Amino acid sequence: MKLKNKILGAAALLTVLLTGTVKAQVGKPFIHDPSTIAECDGKYYTFGTGGGGLISEDGWSWNSGAVRPGGGAAPDVIKIGDRYLVVYGSTGGGLGGGHDGRINTMWTKSLDPKSPDFKFSESNVVASSANMEDNDAIDPGLLLDPTDGRLWLSYGTYFGFIRLVELDPKTGKRVEGNKAINVAIDCEASDLMYHDGWYYLLGTHGTCCDGANSTYNIVVGRSKKVTGPYLDNMGRDMIEGGGKMVVAAGGRITGPGHFGRFIVGNGIEKMSCHYEADLEQSGRSVLAIRPLLWKNGWPYAGDNFKEGTYEIESERRGYALELVVDFVRMAGGMRGFGRNTDEPIKPVASQELADVIKTWPEGKINVRIGDYMFRPHQKWTITAAPNAGGYLGAPYYKIVIAGTDRALAATAEGEVETVPAFTGAPEQLWRIDQLTDGTYRIMPKIVPNSKEQLVLVSSGDSTPTLAPFDMNSDNSKWNFKAH
Amino acid sequence: MNIKHKTLFLVVSSVILVGLALPGYSATPKKGKAKTISTAVISDTARTIAPYFSPATAKKMTPDSKGFIQRWLLLEPINKPNRGNTVFTDSYLRTNFSMEYFPNQFTVLPKNGDKVKVGEQELTWHALESSLFNVKLFRFAYGLRKQYYGVIFWAVTVVNSPQEMKNVRMAVGSNSASMWWLNGKEAVLLSGDRRMVADDCVSPRLTLNKGKNIIRGVVINGPGMSDFCVRLLDEKGQPIKNLTITYE
Repeated sequence: MKLKNKILGAAALLTVLLTGTVKAQVGKPFIHDPSTIAECDGKYYTFGTGGGGLISEDGWSWNSGAVRPGGGAAPDVIKIGDRYLVVYGSTGGGLGGGHDGRINTMWTKSLDPKSPDFKFSESNVVASSANMEDNDAIDPGLLLDPTDGRLWLSYGTYFGFIRLVELDPKTGKRVEGNKAINVAIDCEASDLMYHDGWYYLLGTHGTCCDGANSTYNIVVGRSKKVTGPYLDNMGRDMIEGGGKMVVAAGGRITGPGHFGRFIVGNGIEKMSCHYEADLEQSGRSVLAIRPLLWKNGWPYAGDNFKEGTYEIESERRGYALELVVDFVRMAGGMRGFGRNTDEPIKPVASQELADVIKTWPEGKINVRIGDYMFRPHQKWTITAAPNAGGYLGAPYYKIVIAGTDRALAATAEGEVETVPAFTGAPEQLWRIDQLTDGTYRIMPKIVPNSKEQLVLVSSGDSTPTLAPFDMNSDNSKWNFKAH
Repeated sequence: MNIKHKTLFLVVSSVILVGLALPGYSATPKKGKAKTISTAVISDTARTIAPYFSPATAKKMTPDSKGFIQRWLLLEPINKPNRGNTVFTDSYLRTNFSMEYFPNQFTVLPKNGDKVKVGEQELTWHALESSLFNVKLFRFAYGLRKQYYGVIFWAVTVVNSPQEMKNVRMAVGSNSASMWWLNGKEAVLLSGDRRMVADDCVSPRLTLNKGKNIIRGVVINGPGMSDFCVRLLDEKGQPIKNLTITYE
């Protein structure tokens, strides 16, 4: 009977590990060719092909409701000063049967249709293509160069070259006398970004608009100059079709395209795109928000957090977050030297929750960080907290000891503890962001009686606490390991 | 987003027929040896194959600075209606690339101006030099006022090697699918709805003969900007440039 229980327990754990799910976004996040996500008065916005777009109160649940005049296709948005510059292609891309395209810009002080500042200026044509020239003026992407404040626009499709022009960040118009240059071929939905001395040109490769069969994927090249040449990791120019993969299909979502970058803060970046088809959602085109990571100077899409049971490992020492409970020894010890090596080999059962839980206190239990021994007091099951909302790209999570409802919580003293049962209180809700280096930041939704934003940190190798996040310190970083 | 992937404008392209224009390369094109990649936008709204091509000459020509072959004999596009490129599976391509479109298509070394009959079409071979590293077949067809969607292009060139070279690989990129041969032997097949990426597909190890070698290729496309690029790599993966390229 005991053996059966253990098998069932192991099977249950395995099931959790294997069925951990990742959703794109919740609500009705249906969109094609989304613009870079913009924040306005605490809400998030993205616009798509056609006149509409999506709004989110928290960055996790998205629904239609955003409004953009001009129609057309594949817009982009950037905030400059206290205004938003919206850019879109009004024709081209085969819309209407041709490649005579126009890129338009217009300003608004608010993206909220209910705001009195929601007024769009007259649009300016800043780039165009005509008469079957080797370009298709659609799919714009904007970059405000953080080094000098200059504003750049890339645009184009598979129909010829991706081109780059300069705009005036004060007017949104084309800089007088500026001549377009070619920066890439054989991609579309380009975008630009700057990181650590490099300019990056993102392009969407593959085939769009074919549902589950769309092969869209996002690739990148980089250059020391915004004008290029943009080379991939093999030194191949994007004008030769080069590009290093940023994100491709995976899971049951296929066809990522139309990259956008959103910097949350130092070390925390997100990328937005659409997936051509989410097979869990009728194969519709959906908005996706994923962590944006960097490795050896190249960006790539991180994975949204997968629900499951994990060791929570400190980046500082490599120890594991655990309950402060008595260590319960497993049966047996060292087998000893000189024993008969021909004795039958048999597995040794792992320590199970039922073996130890009666030794644990029933009330609050503090936490510490210790050597990971795959013991029950070190295994944390992390799932999206029901009806708790979220933040940009993910839901709030509850973090409980596996097999129990004992939940990790922030205290009013700025420490962490576990409470016997998860109640949904905000100090028991956790935000998990993958950092640009691939480690994670773990942050309570609130710290009781505090307005400070604190995160889980290692104050010593074996001692956790809450403190301001510091991207430059391994104290602020954690890893989730599924064993 | 590009709606071209969803819609083939065959109706439009099919009315663009032979004989509507002067030879496309009448304008004086930019000529020279190893062309480097230029980012300058060139005016190309006139319906001509210039500035993408110039007539091939008898002057000595080597691959460009990165080894790309720019001198080719190109056959005007064969009508091959396909509403999309999703049909370009390996088996479809092998079937359709092995069909006979014109006599001796796998052996002929045509001359500039030679004509062949493909069904009801009379098509002309053009000896050209690309001003870019790649050969923009779309611009070739468009500039000559031929149909440019739903097409098959044949290309031939002659690579002259100063000595026998073993363990050579042919590196190809094409939009869309294509198949390539060296001296009559299949070198590489690029299947699916492809975009042209330099060194996208690379052949197994081949041997370049001392003297003349013939590279032959066929590119198929439904809707899309057909083009290709070809270069030869040595056993270390470096482009081979000590070759001369002729067309006869």
